[in-house]
Amino acid sequence: MAMKMVRLGELAHARSGDKGNTANVGVVANDAASHAWLDTHLTEAVVADFLRPMGIGLVRRYPLPNVQSFNFVIAKALAGGASRSLRLDTQGKALAAALLELQLPAPEGPTS
Amino acid sequence: MRSGRTLKVGNGAGFWGDNLDAPYLLARDGRLDHLTLEYLAELTLSILAHLRSKDPNAGYVTDFLDLLKRLVPLLVDQPGLKVVTNAGGLNASGLARRCGAILADITSPIGVVTGDDVLGRLAEWTRAGVALTHFETGEPIANVADRLVSANAYLGARPIAEALKGGARVVLTGRVADASLTLGPAAAAFDWGWDDWSKLAGASVAGHLIECGAHATGGLWHRWDQVPDLANVGYPIAELHDDGSAVITKPEGTGGIVSVGNVTEQLLYEIDDPTCYRTPDIDVDMSMVDLKEVGPDRVLMTNARGRAPSDFLKVSAVYRDGWTASGMLAVVGRDAEAKARAAGRIVLDRVRRAGFDLADSLVECIGAGDIVPGVVRPESPPFEVVLRVTVRDPRREAVSRFCKELAPLVTAGPPGIAGYASGRPEPRPAFGYFPTLVPKSLVEARVETRPARDWSIG
Repeated sequence: MAMKMVRLGELAHARSGDKGNTANVGVVANDAASHAWLDTHLTEAVVADFLRPMGIGLVRRYPLPNVQSFNFVIAKALAGGASRSLRLDTQGKALAAALLELQLPAPEGPTS
Repeated sequence: MRSGRTLKVGNGAGFWGDNLDAPYLLARDGRLDHLTLEYLAELTLSILAHLRSKDPNAGYVTDFLDLLKRLVPLLVDQPGLKVVTNAGGLNASGLARRCGAILADITSPIGVVTGDDVLGRLAEWTRAGVALTHFETGEPIANVADRLVSANAYLGARPIAEALKGGARVVLTGRVADASLTLGPAAAAFDWGWDDWSKLAGASVAGHLIECGAHATGGLWHRWDQVPDLANVGYPIAELHDDGSAVITKPEGTGGIVSVGNVTEQLLYEIDDPTCYRTPDIDVDMSMVDLKEVGPDRVLMTNARGRAPSDFLKVSAVYRDGWTASGMLAVVGRDAEAKARAAGRIVLDRVRRAGFDLADSLVECIGAGDIVPGVVRPESPPFEVVLRVTVRDPRREAVSRFCKELAPLVTAGPPGIAGYASGRPEPRPAFGYFPTLVPKSLVEARVETRPARDWSIG
Protein backbone atom coordinates (compact mmCIF):
# COMPACT_ATOMS: atom_id res chain seq x y z
CA MET A 1 0.00 0.00 0.00
CA ALA A 2 1.36 3.43 -0.97
CA MET A 3 2.34 5.71 1.89
CA LYS A 4 -0.11 8.53 2.50
CA MET A 5 1.50 11.88 1.65
CA VAL A 6 0.81 15.48 2.62
CA ARG A 7 1.86 18.86 1.20
CA LEU A 8 4.23 20.78 3.45
CA GLY A 9 1.76 23.67 3.04
CA GLU A 10 -0.82 21.65 5.01
CA LEU A 11 1.47 21.55 8.05
CA ALA A 12 3.30 24.87 7.88
CA HIS A 13 3.63 28.30 6.30
CA ALA A 14 6.80 29.96 5.06
CA ARG A 15 8.59 33.12 3.88
CA SER A 16 11.70 33.34 1.73
CA GLY A 17 14.31 35.90 0.79
CA ASP A 18 17.92 36.43 -0.22
CA LYS A 19 21.39 37.38 0.96
CA GLY A 20 23.68 37.57 -2.04
CA ASN A 21 23.54 34.25 -3.86
CA THR A 22 22.16 32.46 -0.79
CA ALA A 23 18.44 32.16 -0.12
CA ASN A 24 16.62 31.28 3.05
CA VAL A 25 13.18 29.84 3.69
CA GLY A 26 11.71 30.22 7.15
CA VAL A 27 9.24 27.39 7.74
CA VAL A 28 6.73 27.90 10.58
CA ALA A 29 4.74 24.88 11.78
CA ASN A 30 0.99 25.37 12.18
CA ASP A 31 0.92 23.71 15.60
CA ALA A 32 2.99 21.67 18.06
CA ALA A 33 2.12 18.32 16.49
CA SER A 34 3.12 19.52 13.02
CA HIS A 35 6.31 20.98 14.48
CA ALA A 36 7.28 17.63 15.98
CA TRP A 37 6.49 15.85 12.71
CA LEU A 38 8.54 18.32 10.66
CA ASP A 39 11.42 18.01 13.10
CA THR A 40 11.69 14.38 12.03
CA HIS A 41 10.68 14.56 8.39
CA LEU A 42 11.63 17.98 7.02
CA THR A 43 15.36 17.34 6.96
CA GLU A 44 18.13 19.14 5.15
CA ALA A 45 18.34 16.20 2.73
CA VAL A 46 14.61 16.27 1.91
CA VAL A 47 14.67 20.00 1.20
CA ALA A 48 17.89 19.73 -0.82
CA ASP A 49 16.44 16.90 -2.95
CA PHE A 50 13.29 18.92 -3.64
CA LEU A 51 15.14 22.07 -4.71
CA ARG A 52 18.02 20.32 -6.49
CA PRO A 53 16.64 20.91 -10.04
CA MET A 54 17.29 24.63 -9.65
CA GLY A 55 20.99 23.96 -9.16
CA ILE A 56 21.44 24.70 -5.46
CA GLY A 57 24.41 24.13 -3.18
CA LEU A 58 24.47 23.10 0.46
CA VAL A 59 21.27 23.26 2.55
CA ARG A 60 21.48 23.91 6.30
CA ARG A 61 18.61 23.71 8.79
CA TYR A 62 18.48 25.76 12.01
CA PRO A 63 15.78 25.22 14.65
CA LEU A 64 13.91 27.98 16.49
CA PRO A 65 11.97 25.72 18.88
CA ASN A 66 10.06 28.37 20.84
CA VAL A 67 8.35 29.61 17.69
CA GLN A 68 7.97 26.10 16.21
CA SER A 69 10.10 26.97 13.23
CA PHE A 70 13.07 25.98 11.11
CA ASN A 71 15.28 28.22 9.05
CA PHE A 72 16.59 26.64 5.85
CA VAL A 73 19.63 28.37 4.38
CA ILE A 74 20.20 27.38 0.76
CA ALA A 75 23.52 28.15 -0.88
CA LYS A 76 23.74 29.02 -4.58
CA ALA A 77 19.98 29.22 -4.88
CA LEU A 78 19.77 32.35 -6.99
CA ALA A 79 21.96 31.81 -10.05
CA GLY A 80 24.30 34.58 -8.97
CA GLY A 81 22.05 36.67 -6.72
CA ALA A 82 20.16 39.91 -7.09
CA SER A 83 22.82 41.67 -9.13
CA ARG A 84 24.09 38.89 -11.41
CA SER A 85 21.19 36.53 -11.88
CA LEU A 86 19.23 36.80 -15.09
CA ARG A 87 16.21 35.11 -13.53
CA LEU A 88 12.91 36.89 -12.99
CA ASP A 89 13.01 35.98 -9.29
CA THR A 90 16.53 37.06 -8.44
CA GLN A 91 15.65 37.47 -4.77
CA GLY A 92 14.18 34.09 -3.91
CA LYS A 93 10.76 35.56 -3.13
CA ALA A 94 9.01 32.61 -4.78
CA LEU A 95 11.00 29.86 -3.06
CA ALA A 96 8.70 29.65 -0.04
CA ALA A 97 5.62 29.10 -2.19
CA ALA A 98 7.47 26.38 -4.10
CA LEU A 99 8.77 24.63 -0.99
CA LEU A 100 5.25 24.42 0.47
CA GLU A 101 4.46 22.02 -2.42
CA LEU A 102 6.97 19.49 -1.08
CA GLN A 103 5.29 16.16 -0.35
CA LEU A 104 6.02 14.53 3.00
CA PRO A 105 4.74 11.32 4.58
CA ALA A 106 1.46 12.29 6.26
CA PRO A 107 1.22 12.29 10.03
CA GLU A 108 -1.22 9.66 11.22
CA GLY A 109 -4.57 11.22 11.99
CA PRO A 110 -6.43 10.54 15.21
CA THR A 111 -7.69 6.96 15.17
CA SER A 112 -11.35 6.70 15.95
CA MET B 1 1.68 45.81 33.73
CA ARG B 2 5.33 46.43 33.19
CA SER B 3 6.71 49.40 35.04
CA GLY B 4 8.86 52.02 33.43
CA ARG B 5 8.87 53.76 30.14
CA THR B 6 7.87 52.41 26.76
CA LEU B 7 9.65 53.71 23.67
CA LYS B 8 7.58 53.58 20.48
CA VAL B 9 9.56 53.16 17.27
CA GLY B 10 7.61 52.81 14.03
CA ASN B 11 9.09 51.89 10.67
CA GLY B 12 7.39 53.57 7.72
CA ALA B 13 9.49 52.24 4.83
CA GLY B 14 11.06 48.85 4.15
CA PHE B 15 12.82 49.78 0.92
CA TRP B 16 13.12 52.64 -1.56
CA GLY B 17 9.92 52.30 -3.51
CA ASP B 18 7.69 51.36 -0.57
CA ASN B 19 4.24 52.88 0.07
CA LEU B 20 4.56 56.69 -0.12
CA ASP B 21 1.78 57.46 2.37
CA ALA B 22 2.69 54.85 5.00
CA PRO B 23 5.32 56.84 6.90
CA TYR B 24 3.14 59.95 7.07
CA LEU B 25 0.12 57.98 8.31
CA LEU B 26 2.26 56.04 10.79
CA ALA B 27 3.67 59.25 12.25
CA ARG B 28 0.24 60.87 12.32
CA ASP B 29 -1.58 57.96 13.98
CA GLY B 30 1.12 56.01 15.78
CA ARG B 31 1.96 58.41 18.64
CA LEU B 32 5.60 57.52 18.01
CA ASP B 33 8.79 58.54 19.72
CA HIS B 34 10.78 57.68 16.60
CA LEU B 35 9.81 57.21 12.98
CA THR B 36 12.39 55.12 11.12
CA LEU B 37 12.71 54.70 7.36
CA GLU B 38 14.84 51.94 5.85
CA TYR B 39 15.58 52.63 2.19
CA LEU B 40 18.80 50.83 1.28
CA ALA B 41 18.61 47.32 -0.14
CA GLU B 42 21.85 45.60 -1.14
CA LEU B 43 21.90 47.18 -4.59
CA THR B 44 20.24 50.53 -3.85
CA LEU B 45 23.59 52.20 -3.36
CA SER B 46 24.60 51.21 -6.90
CA ILE B 47 21.58 53.13 -8.21
CA LEU B 48 22.57 56.10 -6.07
CA ALA B 49 26.17 55.83 -7.34
CA HIS B 50 24.85 55.93 -10.90
CA LEU B 51 22.84 59.09 -10.09
CA ARG B 52 25.79 60.70 -8.33
CA SER B 53 28.02 60.05 -11.34
CA LYS B 54 25.70 62.34 -13.32
CA ASP B 55 25.28 64.94 -10.55
CA PRO B 56 27.73 65.28 -7.63
CA ASN B 57 24.94 66.79 -5.48
CA ALA B 58 22.80 63.64 -5.87
CA GLY B 59 23.31 60.27 -4.20
CA TYR B 60 20.58 60.29 -1.54
CA VAL B 61 17.01 58.98 -1.48
CA THR B 62 15.00 61.83 -3.00
CA ASP B 63 11.63 60.44 -1.84
CA PHE B 64 12.59 61.38 1.69
CA LEU B 65 12.45 65.11 0.89
CA ASP B 66 8.81 64.88 -0.21
CA LEU B 67 8.03 62.94 2.95
CA LEU B 68 9.81 65.38 5.22
CA LYS B 69 7.77 68.26 3.80
CA ARG B 70 4.60 66.37 4.75
CA LEU B 71 6.02 65.60 8.19
CA VAL B 72 6.72 69.24 9.13
CA PRO B 73 3.26 69.91 10.68
CA LEU B 74 3.53 66.63 12.62
CA LEU B 75 6.96 67.59 13.93
CA VAL B 76 5.38 70.83 15.14
CA ASP B 77 2.38 69.10 16.75
CA GLN B 78 4.40 66.26 18.29
CA PRO B 79 7.42 67.77 20.02
CA GLY B 80 8.69 64.31 21.01
CA LEU B 81 8.71 62.87 17.50
CA LYS B 82 12.09 62.16 15.95
CA VAL B 83 13.01 60.74 12.55
CA VAL B 84 15.85 58.29 11.92
CA THR B 85 16.64 57.14 8.38
CA ASN B 86 19.37 55.82 6.12
CA ALA B 87 18.03 58.02 3.29
CA GLY B 88 21.44 59.71 3.18
CA GLY B 89 22.69 56.91 0.94
CA LEU B 90 26.01 58.05 -0.52
CA ASN B 91 25.52 61.71 0.32
CA ALA B 92 24.00 62.23 3.77
CA SER B 93 25.47 65.73 4.04
CA GLY B 94 23.91 66.69 0.71
CA LEU B 95 20.57 65.42 1.96
CA ALA B 96 21.03 67.34 5.22
CA ARG B 97 21.43 70.59 3.29
CA ARG B 98 18.12 69.99 1.51
CA CYS B 99 16.43 68.92 4.76
CA GLY B 100 17.87 71.95 6.51
CA ALA B 101 15.97 74.22 4.15
CA ILE B 102 12.73 72.32 4.85
CA LEU B 103 13.18 72.36 8.64
CA ALA B 104 14.80 75.79 9.04
CA ASP B 105 11.64 77.42 10.39
CA ILE B 106 11.03 74.87 13.14
CA THR B 107 14.61 74.93 14.46
CA SER B 108 15.07 71.17 14.46
CA PRO B 109 18.63 69.97 14.84
CA ILE B 110 19.74 67.50 12.16
CA GLY B 111 22.30 64.83 12.95
CA VAL B 112 24.36 63.40 10.11
CA VAL B 113 26.22 60.10 10.36
CA THR B 114 29.02 59.52 7.86
CA GLY B 115 32.11 57.38 7.60
CA ASP B 116 30.42 54.38 5.95
CA ASP B 117 31.62 55.34 2.46
CA VAL B 118 34.99 53.56 2.18
CA LEU B 119 35.34 53.45 -1.61
CA GLY B 120 38.26 55.89 -1.51
CA ARG B 121 40.11 53.82 1.07
CA LEU B 122 40.10 50.35 -0.50
CA ALA B 123 43.27 50.90 -2.52
CA GLU B 124 45.20 52.08 0.53
CA TRP B 125 43.91 49.12 2.58
CA THR B 126 44.87 46.68 -0.16
CA ARG B 127 48.38 48.17 -0.30
CA ALA B 128 48.59 47.82 3.49
CA GLY B 129 47.88 44.11 3.15
CA VAL B 130 44.24 44.00 4.31
CA ALA B 131 42.73 40.91 2.64
CA LEU B 132 39.49 42.05 1.01
CA THR B 133 37.92 38.88 -0.32
CA HIS B 134 34.33 38.16 -1.36
CA PHE B 135 32.88 36.37 1.62
CA GLU B 136 30.82 33.93 -0.42
CA THR B 137 33.30 33.11 -3.19
CA GLY B 138 36.73 34.02 -1.78
CA GLU B 139 37.51 36.07 -4.89
CA PRO B 140 39.96 38.98 -4.24
CA ILE B 141 38.63 42.51 -4.70
CA ALA B 142 41.52 43.21 -7.09
CA ASN B 143 39.48 41.37 -9.75
CA VAL B 144 36.88 44.14 -9.77
CA ALA B 145 38.80 47.07 -8.27
CA ASP B 146 38.88 49.11 -11.48
CA ARG B 147 35.10 48.83 -11.89
CA LEU B 148 33.92 49.66 -8.35
CA VAL B 149 31.17 52.26 -8.06
CA SER B 150 30.48 52.11 -4.33
CA ALA B 151 31.81 50.46 -1.17
CA ASN B 152 30.07 51.06 2.15
CA ALA B 153 30.71 49.67 5.59
CA TYR B 154 27.69 48.81 7.70
CA LEU B 155 27.82 51.21 10.62
CA GLY B 156 25.93 50.43 13.80
CA ALA B 157 23.65 52.03 16.35
CA ARG B 158 26.24 53.99 18.31
CA PRO B 159 26.55 57.02 16.02
CA ILE B 160 22.74 57.16 15.76
CA ALA B 161 22.44 57.12 19.56
CA GLU B 162 25.14 59.78 19.78
CA ALA B 163 23.28 62.06 17.37
CA LEU B 164 20.02 61.62 19.30
CA LYS B 165 21.72 62.29 22.62
CA GLY B 166 23.20 65.38 20.99
CA GLY B 167 19.68 66.69 20.42
CA ALA B 168 19.02 65.68 16.82
CA ARG B 169 15.37 65.45 15.81
CA VAL B 170 16.23 64.10 12.40
CA VAL B 171 19.12 61.66 12.00
CA LEU B 172 20.39 60.99 8.47
CA THR B 173 22.75 58.13 7.80
CA GLY B 174 24.22 56.29 4.86
CA ARG B 175 24.71 52.53 5.16
CA VAL B 176 23.92 51.24 8.63
CA ALA B 177 22.70 47.80 9.70
CA ASP B 178 18.91 47.79 9.35
CA ALA B 179 18.35 46.88 13.00
CA SER B 180 20.53 49.83 14.07
CA LEU B 181 17.77 52.25 13.07
CA THR B 182 15.80 50.88 16.04
CA LEU B 183 18.65 49.96 18.39
CA GLY B 184 20.12 53.48 18.20
CA PRO B 185 16.98 55.20 19.52
CA ALA B 186 16.47 52.51 22.20
CA ALA B 187 20.05 52.63 23.44
CA ALA B 188 19.87 56.43 23.63
CA ALA B 189 16.47 56.58 25.33
CA PHE B 190 17.20 53.89 27.94
CA ASP B 191 20.83 54.89 28.29
CA TRP B 192 21.96 51.29 27.87
CA GLY B 193 25.59 50.31 28.04
CA TRP B 194 27.07 48.82 24.89
CA ASP B 195 27.56 45.58 26.78
CA ASP B 196 23.97 45.24 28.07
CA TRP B 197 23.78 42.29 25.72
CA SER B 198 20.27 41.01 26.38
CA LYS B 199 18.80 44.52 26.11
CA LEU B 200 20.74 45.36 22.95
CA ALA B 201 19.70 41.98 21.56
CA GLY B 202 16.02 42.61 22.24
CA ALA B 203 15.97 45.99 20.52
CA SER B 204 17.95 44.54 17.61
CA VAL B 205 15.39 41.77 17.14
CA ALA B 206 12.59 44.34 17.38
CA GLY B 207 14.37 46.38 14.71
CA HIS B 208 14.70 43.29 12.53
CA LEU B 209 10.97 42.60 12.95
CA ILE B 210 9.88 46.06 11.77
CA GLU B 211 12.62 46.83 9.23
CA CYS B 212 10.61 45.50 6.27
CA GLY B 213 7.50 47.56 6.97
CA ALA B 214 4.26 45.73 6.25
CA HIS B 215 6.04 42.35 6.34
CA ALA B 216 5.25 42.44 10.08
CA THR B 217 1.66 43.60 9.76
CA GLY B 218 0.03 41.28 7.26
CA GLY B 219 2.03 41.67 4.05
CA LEU B 220 3.00 38.28 2.54
CA TRP B 221 0.79 36.50 5.10
CA HIS B 222 -0.15 33.07 3.78
CA ARG B 223 -3.81 33.57 4.69
CA TRP B 224 -3.77 36.67 2.50
CA ASP B 225 -7.48 36.33 1.76
CA GLN B 226 -8.26 36.71 5.48
CA VAL B 227 -6.14 39.81 6.13
CA PRO B 228 -8.45 42.80 6.60
CA ASP B 229 -8.01 45.85 4.37
CA LEU B 230 -4.48 45.38 3.02
CA ALA B 231 -4.95 48.53 0.93
CA ASN B 232 -4.87 50.47 4.19
CA VAL B 233 -2.29 48.26 5.90
CA GLY B 234 -0.83 49.77 9.08
CA TYR B 235 2.96 49.87 9.28
CA PRO B 236 4.69 48.29 12.26
CA ILE B 237 5.47 49.78 15.64
CA ALA B 238 7.85 48.29 18.20
CA GLU B 239 6.98 49.28 21.75
CA LEU B 240 10.35 48.79 23.38
CA HIS B 241 10.91 48.20 27.08
CA ASP B 242 13.96 48.83 29.20
CA ASP B 243 14.45 45.08 29.76
CA GLY B 244 14.90 44.44 26.01
CA SER B 245 11.46 42.97 25.41
CA ALA B 246 9.12 44.61 22.90
CA VAL B 247 5.53 44.51 21.69
CA ILE B 248 5.07 44.54 17.92
CA THR B 249 1.85 46.28 16.90
CA LYS B 250 0.35 48.78 14.41
CA PRO B 251 -1.80 51.92 14.65
CA GLU B 252 -5.45 51.37 15.59
CA GLY B 253 -7.95 51.54 12.79
CA THR B 254 -5.55 50.39 10.10
CA GLY B 255 -5.71 47.26 7.95
CA GLY B 256 -3.48 44.24 8.20
CA ILE B 257 -2.82 41.86 11.05
CA VAL B 258 -0.14 41.35 13.69
CA SER B 259 -0.09 37.76 14.90
CA VAL B 260 2.44 35.30 16.27
CA GLY B 261 2.34 33.60 12.86
CA ASN B 262 3.32 36.57 10.71
CA VAL B 263 5.76 37.98 13.25
CA THR B 264 7.43 34.55 13.32
CA GLU B 265 7.73 34.59 9.53
CA GLN B 266 9.40 37.98 9.78
CA LEU B 267 11.71 36.81 12.57
CA LEU B 268 13.08 34.25 10.11
CA TYR B 269 13.16 36.61 7.13
CA GLU B 270 16.54 36.81 5.39
CA ILE B 271 18.50 35.47 8.34
CA ASP B 272 21.25 32.88 8.33
CA ASP B 273 22.19 31.09 11.55
CA PRO B 274 19.65 32.36 14.14
CA THR B 275 22.16 31.86 16.96
CA CYS B 276 24.42 34.44 15.31
CA TYR B 277 22.61 37.33 13.64
CA ARG B 278 25.53 39.65 13.14
CA THR B 279 25.30 43.40 13.55
CA PRO B 280 28.09 45.94 14.13
CA ASP B 281 27.11 46.28 17.81
CA ILE B 282 26.17 42.75 18.85
CA ASP B 283 25.94 39.16 17.65
CA VAL B 284 22.31 38.41 18.39
CA ASP B 285 21.05 34.95 19.32
CA MET B 286 17.39 34.84 18.28
CA SER B 287 17.13 31.05 18.35
CA MET B 288 15.26 30.99 21.68
CA VAL B 289 13.07 34.06 21.10
CA ASP B 290 9.52 33.73 22.40
CA LEU B 291 6.50 35.36 20.77
CA LYS B 292 3.13 35.63 22.49
CA GLU B 293 -0.12 37.37 21.62
CA VAL B 294 -0.95 39.84 24.39
CA GLY B 295 -3.90 41.60 22.76
CA PRO B 296 -5.50 42.23 19.37
CA ASP B 297 -2.67 42.94 16.89
CA ARG B 298 -0.16 42.90 19.74
CA VAL B 299 2.70 40.36 19.91
CA LEU B 300 5.20 40.37 22.76
CA MET B 301 8.78 39.38 21.90
CA THR B 302 11.05 38.22 24.72
CA ASN B 303 14.15 36.17 25.33
CA ALA B 304 16.56 37.56 22.75
CA ARG B 305 20.16 37.08 23.77
CA GLY B 306 23.45 38.42 22.55
CA ARG B 307 27.18 38.62 22.88
CA ALA B 308 30.05 40.80 21.78
CA PRO B 309 30.31 41.23 18.00
CA SER B 310 33.28 40.27 15.87
CA ASP B 311 36.13 42.69 15.22
CA PHE B 312 35.08 43.02 11.59
CA LEU B 313 32.53 45.13 9.78
CA LYS B 314 30.69 44.03 6.67
CA VAL B 315 31.40 46.14 3.62
CA SER B 316 29.11 45.98 0.59
CA ALA B 317 30.87 46.93 -2.60
CA VAL B 318 29.21 47.24 -5.99
CA TYR B 319 30.98 47.16 -9.34
CA ARG B 320 29.99 47.77 -12.96
CA ASP B 321 29.37 44.47 -14.65
CA GLY B 322 28.54 45.26 -18.26
CA TRP B 323 25.05 45.69 -19.64
CA THR B 324 21.81 43.83 -19.34
CA ALA B 325 18.33 43.88 -20.89
CA SER B 326 15.19 41.83 -20.64
CA GLY B 327 12.13 41.54 -22.85
CA MET B 328 8.81 39.79 -22.46
CA LEU B 329 6.14 38.60 -24.90
CA ALA B 330 3.00 36.57 -24.36
CA VAL B 331 2.75 33.26 -26.23
CA VAL B 332 -0.71 31.75 -26.58
CA GLY B 333 -2.13 28.49 -27.87
CA ARG B 334 -1.55 24.78 -27.82
CA ASP B 335 2.12 24.03 -27.28
CA ALA B 336 2.53 27.55 -25.87
CA GLU B 337 5.59 26.47 -23.89
CA ALA B 338 7.32 24.80 -26.85
CA LYS B 339 6.58 27.80 -29.06
CA ALA B 340 7.93 30.19 -26.45
CA ARG B 341 11.16 28.22 -26.02
CA ALA B 342 11.62 28.09 -29.80
CA ALA B 343 11.01 31.84 -30.05
CA GLY B 344 13.62 32.46 -27.36
CA ARG B 345 16.15 30.37 -29.28
CA ILE B 346 15.36 32.29 -32.48
CA VAL B 347 16.06 35.64 -30.79
CA LEU B 348 19.40 34.49 -29.37
CA ASP B 349 20.34 32.84 -32.66
CA ARG B 350 19.67 36.07 -34.53
CA VAL B 351 21.87 38.04 -32.12
CA ARG B 352 24.61 35.47 -32.77
CA ARG B 353 24.19 35.83 -36.55
CA ALA B 354 24.56 39.58 -36.10
CA GLY B 355 28.03 38.88 -34.75
CA PHE B 356 27.50 38.91 -31.00
CA ASP B 357 28.18 35.87 -28.84
CA LEU B 358 26.47 37.02 -25.65
CA ALA B 359 28.31 36.39 -22.39
CA ASP B 360 25.13 35.21 -20.68
CA SER B 361 21.52 34.70 -21.63
CA LEU B 362 18.41 33.07 -20.20
CA VAL B 363 15.07 32.05 -21.72
CA GLU B 364 12.22 31.67 -19.23
CA CYS B 365 8.65 30.51 -19.82
CA ILE B 366 6.64 32.15 -17.09
CA GLY B 367 3.62 29.92 -16.46
CA ALA B 368 5.47 26.72 -17.28
CA GLY B 369 7.36 26.38 -14.00
CA ASP B 370 10.40 28.54 -14.69
CA ILE B 371 10.23 31.00 -11.78
CA VAL B 372 11.55 28.36 -9.39
CA PRO B 373 13.07 26.42 -12.26
CA GLY B 374 12.47 22.71 -12.40
CA VAL B 375 10.99 22.41 -8.91
CA VAL B 376 7.23 22.63 -9.44
CA ARG B 377 5.69 21.99 -12.86
CA PRO B 378 2.13 22.99 -13.83
CA GLU B 379 -0.27 20.05 -13.64
CA SER B 380 -1.35 20.41 -17.27
CA PRO B 381 0.30 22.10 -20.27
CA PRO B 382 -0.37 25.85 -20.01
CA PHE B 383 -2.43 27.40 -22.82
CA GLU B 384 -0.54 30.66 -22.43
CA VAL B 385 2.89 31.58 -21.08
CA VAL B 386 5.04 34.68 -20.92
CA LEU B 387 8.33 34.38 -22.77
CA ARG B 388 11.06 36.30 -20.99
CA VAL B 389 14.50 36.58 -22.58
CA THR B 390 17.29 38.21 -20.58
CA VAL B 391 20.90 38.83 -21.55
CA ARG B 392 24.07 40.29 -20.13
CA ASP B 393 27.28 41.21 -21.92
CA PRO B 394 30.23 43.54 -21.37
CA ARG B 395 29.42 45.26 -24.69
CA ARG B 396 26.56 47.70 -24.78
CA GLU B 397 26.20 47.22 -28.53
CA ALA B 398 25.67 43.48 -28.08
CA VAL B 399 22.85 44.10 -25.61
CA SER B 400 21.41 46.82 -27.88
CA ARG B 401 21.29 44.37 -30.73
CA PHE B 402 19.39 41.90 -28.57
CA CYS B 403 16.87 44.63 -27.75
CA LYS B 404 16.11 44.95 -31.48
CA GLU B 405 15.61 41.25 -32.10
CA LEU B 406 12.45 40.70 -30.01
CA ALA B 407 10.00 42.63 -32.19
CA PRO B 408 10.57 40.65 -35.38
CA LEU B 409 9.18 37.59 -33.59
CA VAL B 410 5.73 39.12 -33.87
CA THR B 411 5.76 38.56 -37.64
CA ALA B 412 8.53 36.02 -38.13
CA GLY B 413 8.15 33.68 -35.16
CA PRO B 414 5.67 31.00 -34.21
CA PRO B 415 1.97 32.03 -34.25
CA GLY B 416 0.17 33.37 -31.19
CA ILE B 417 2.75 35.89 -29.98
CA ALA B 418 1.19 39.00 -28.43
CA GLY B 419 2.03 41.95 -26.30
CA TYR B 420 4.53 43.98 -28.25
CA ALA B 421 2.92 47.31 -27.40
CA SER B 422 5.51 48.72 -25.04
CA GLY B 423 8.31 48.92 -27.58
CA ARG B 424 11.90 47.75 -27.47
CA PRO B 425 13.57 47.06 -24.15
CA GLU B 426 16.51 49.31 -23.26
CA PRO B 427 20.03 48.23 -22.24
CA ARG B 428 20.64 48.96 -18.56
CA PRO B 429 23.96 48.99 -16.71
CA ALA B 430 24.44 45.75 -14.76
CA PHE B 431 26.09 45.72 -11.36
CA GLY B 432 27.95 43.04 -9.44
CA TYR B 433 27.74 42.76 -5.67
CA PHE B 434 30.89 42.19 -3.65
CA PRO B 435 30.42 41.74 0.12
CA THR B 436 33.57 41.62 2.20
CA LEU B 437 34.83 42.20 5.75
CA VAL B 438 37.20 44.85 7.09
CA PRO B 439 38.73 45.24 10.54
CA LYS B 440 36.50 47.53 12.59
CA SER B 441 39.47 49.65 13.63
CA LEU B 442 39.82 50.92 10.04
CA VAL B 443 36.34 52.45 9.90
CA GLU B 444 35.46 55.54 11.86
CA ALA B 445 31.87 56.74 12.12
CA ARG B 446 31.45 60.52 12.27
CA VAL B 447 28.50 62.34 13.78
CA GLU B 448 27.69 65.96 13.17
CA THR B 449 24.62 67.54 14.78
CA ARG B 450 23.72 71.12 13.94
CA PRO B 451 20.56 73.26 13.80
CA ALA B 452 18.63 72.79 10.58
CA ARG B 453 19.25 76.36 9.52
CA ASP B 454 23.01 75.83 9.72
CA TRP B 455 22.78 72.82 7.42
CA SER B 456 20.75 74.76 4.88
CA ILE B 457 23.46 77.42 4.74
CA GLY B 458 26.37 74.98 4.87
